[in-house]
Amino acid sequence: MRDIRVALGQIAPRLGDFEANLEAHRRAAREAVGSGSDLIVFPELSLTGYLLADQVPELALPLDDPRLEPLLEASQEIDIVAGLVEDAPGHRFHNTALYVSRGRVLHSHRKLHLPTYGLFQEGREFAAGNRVRHFDSPWGPAGMLICEDLWHMPCAWLLAQQGAEVIFVLSNGPTRGAKPGREVTSVAVWRELLQITAQFQTTWMVYVNRVGCEDGLTFGGGSLVVDPFGRVAGNAPALDEALEVVDLKSDVLRRARTAYPLLRDENLELVERELARLRQLRYDLPDPAASTKKDKVV
Amino acid sequence: MTKGSPGVALDGSLELDPQWTTKILSNFIRTELHRTGLRDLVLGLSGGIDSAVAVYLAARTIEPPRIHACLLPYRTSSEDSLRDARSVVDDLGIDAETIEISPIVDGFGKTTGEVDRLRLGNVMARARMTLLYDRSAAHRALVLGTSNKTELLLGYGTLHGDLASALNPIGDLYKTQIRSLAEHLGVPESIRTKPPSADLWPDQNDEDELGFRYEEVDRLLALLIDARVSRATAIEAGFSAGVIDDVTHRIVRTQFKRKLSIIAKISTRSIGWDFRYPRDWMT
Repeated sequence: MRDIRVALGQIAPRLGDFEANLEAHRRAAREAVGSGSDLIVFPELSLTGYLLADQVPELALPLDDPRLEPLLEASQEIDIVAGLVEDAPGHRFHNTALYVSRGRVLHSHRKLHLPTYGLFQEGREFAAGNRVRHFDSPWGPAGMLICEDLWHMPCAWLLAQQGAEVIFVLSNGPTRGAKPGREVTSVAVWRELLQITAQFQTTWMVYVNRVGCEDGLTFGGGSLVVDPFGRVAGNAPALDEALEVVDLKSDVLRRARTAYPLLRDENLELVERELARLRQLRYDLPDPAASTKKDKVV
Repeated sequence: MTKGSPGVALDGSLELDPQWTTKILSNFIRTELHRTGLRDLVLGLSGGIDSAVAVYLAARTIEPPRIHACLLPYRTSSEDSLRDARSVVDDLGIDAETIEISPIVDGFGKTTGEVDRLRLGNVMARARMTLLYDRSAAHRALVLGTSNKTELLLGYGTLHGDLASALNPIGDLYKTQIRSLAEHLGVPESIRTKPPSADLWPDQNDEDELGFRYEEVDRLLALLIDARVSRATAIEAGFSAGVIDDVTHRIVRTQFKRKLSIIAKISTRSIGWDFRYPRDWMT
């Protein structure tokens, strides 16, 4: 990667109002250009809001939809990471993150893990994505994850193994209040998770969480950047809208990977072997080793 | 979207950070009010701690003259309640009016014949609701709710009466938590320290009527509802089986008060079933 300046677009999207959110994206993008940023990152579902329920099919867009034109246009000046509902082939509606650069959609990521428990209903509203891929951005290799994806360790691991040096995490994390002397709940736990992930994967982590309130559900904000050593490099406040600018230095990545050559030392064959064994046990599959042996005897 | 802190409330703790809590609730009031295009709030001010906390939160959020407090005493209401409510109005500089509900409630009695104490209490609560919703139309305002989590769970309120509101900033706070927040918000001491009462008849006392102390029942509710512990664990935590069963029964029996009327489904897309939009739809 080369050195980049990233703007954290911690906004409060308007629920179901695509046009208003698009305009808010363009406004924030202009501001980020003014701050000398190379890219601006918005939260999960930044163009639609979160509690969509029956609005999911009403707001879903194919990624070549002309309504995205103003976003593509804005990306001539600054790269943009944003979230929307994608109307994918077969009318599968995905919670999708886009990386938009120089007038085109460079990469998209469909949320893999849709929380469907407690207050979350995403498994009912969306189709789950089934691939995690890094991509080459104009400034270096990167990857994107959406919220719950980060709670499943293999997602960030796979991106790092593929070569991602910066991982973007778009989020709609709600808060559940605060205990005495502590921060609002979503902020502290996400910071810990991001710091640990950054240390394990020796990657830059760029996390953008939304703020605002929908039907009484408050989103925590507290967007932040963690360096590949696991140190907080910059952050936005809890609960309020903000545009925080953070510099990501390639030198820090190099130093972290020199000090902790975890990626170099990863044993993919071990993982593959153990995974094959787990898969066999979990799905009660025939033992491939046993059948080979039997074939030989016959 | 995903989790908060895994440790939160899993231990049934009732502690909260008053500053962050105030900020979250204040943001809630501002966002949910302004997205409707309205600027004003109406609420009933009883002189008790719940409506005081709700109005102190509101006064930190919008300009005090945009808050229209209604003091709605009945003939038998305590003088102290009215005095405490007035002290809140003076302290915050909010708009207020006092309307005696006695003629409305007594008129109801004259029309329908005498009703027992419980029904009369319900009539009073609904007379107040009628006035608040009328004032909300007059002021182009939303009605701010003042029911706390303890009474919502125990069903200690009148359906379409004091339970009715457009938005409720304190509905996820137990009574004990309301008390700690009240101190932070600067609610007058006389309101914070007096025994809680619905004040529907002289010397009514919530805790006598419910049969529980709030401190005790809140700790139990935090365990059963928030931490979702088993009955056996609650007994280990020191609660008697009798109290646990009584509280559980009460919660189950009053579920109807926490729901809108149910609708019989006979079409392909029915309200409440598969016509699913949040209230903040398109805002």
